[in-house]
Amino acid sequence: MYKESATHIERRGRNFGILGVLIAFIVIVFGITVAKIQTGGFSEGFDHVARPALISQEEASQ
Amino acid sequence: MTDASLHIPARPAMSDQAGLGDYWQLLKPRLMSLSVFTALVGLLVAPGAPHPVLGAASILWIALGAGASGALNMWFDADIDRVMKRTRKRPIPAGRVSPGDALALGLFLTGVSVVMLGLTANWVAAGWLGFTIFFYAVIYSMWLKRTTSWNTVIGGLAGAFPPMIGWAAATGSTPLEAWLLVGLIFMWTPPHFWALALFVKLDYHEARIPMLTVTHGRDETRRQALVYAVGLALVSLATAVSSIGGPLTLAVALVLNGVFVGRAWQMYRRTDADSEADGHAAEKGLFKWSLVYLFAHFSVFVAEAALGPWGGW
Repeated sequence: MYKESATHIERRGRNFGILGVLIAFIVIVFGITVAKIQTGGFSEGFDHVARPALISQEEASQ
Repeated sequence: MTDASLHIPARPAMSDQAGLGDYWQLLKPRLMSLSVFTALVGLLVAPGAPHPVLGAASILWIALGAGASGALNMWFDADIDRVMKRTRKRPIPAGRVSPGDALALGLFLTGVSVVMLGLTANWVAAGWLGFTIFFYAVIYSMWLKRTTSWNTVIGGLAGAFPPMIGWAAATGSTPLEAWLLVGLIFMWTPPHFWALALFVKLDYHEARIPMLTVTHGRDETRRQALVYAVGLALVSLATAVSSIGGPLTLAVALVLNGVFVGRAWQMYRRTDADSEADGHAAEKGLFKWSLVYLFAHFSVFVAEAALGPWGGW
């Protein structure tokens, strides 16, 4: 049976801490992305589709 | 090789079992909290509120940048920290974190905080954050701290930048009002620190750090503290009559500065013998008031902004 080494046990807290930091970072970047999209700004034109602001209302509704 | 060389105390084993708490301590959390508070005030009083998530994230990156400069400072100052009692138990001198790890952490956090602030807010704020880290880690820690008694004054500038970075994060610019907030902390730092240095036995001399109390004497330190206290009052009144001030700010500033200058005057009029006799009452009084001063002064800017049409001039 696999026996966990003492080093692994001692490092477990640190590893879980780093996992928590990484998850927090992902959540924050996701939150920033959502907020950026909500506020508009310069996101338009970087998504490989025609810029909505340059399309007329009729074209947009088609 | 002689026997003597075998008895040189070995440096403690490094880093393998350092806990997260040790890395957290490298970031100087107390200094980080001051940066967070002042940057938040800068962001809140600036015209035009950013999206709350973007504002909160910007403050986080500024805090991380402050932490990065703390880690770089601890990496470079490890030799000094080993000598002084107050700092001997820090992670590097205590042997819990290796200097290389601290340097890597500092550089990594510098990159992350500057790039993320640029992407979250704007590159003006990111540029100032990068400059602040450079100023604290290189200009202050590597150069001025060890060479001149002006270290407290000029080094304090690094701690003074966060409100301006917060302002820049909200607006993308750094107008006069943002610089007045910088000036406020810049003038506040020397009397705050010198009051502490006059009643706590700091062993900077053992580490050969040229602090004003050692190079120019304690009487000169008292005089300089008074000069900066008067300068602080002038900057404070300038903020009160600027666009971030108003009648409320002016009233609070008059009280805060009146007490501050009064206590600095009391401290100036004393000798070390007087100070010893009453347990450093005036020095401790000025130090404690300086803490109240900064918190109250920055809070009143937020209150003035929160009053909306009823606040300001």
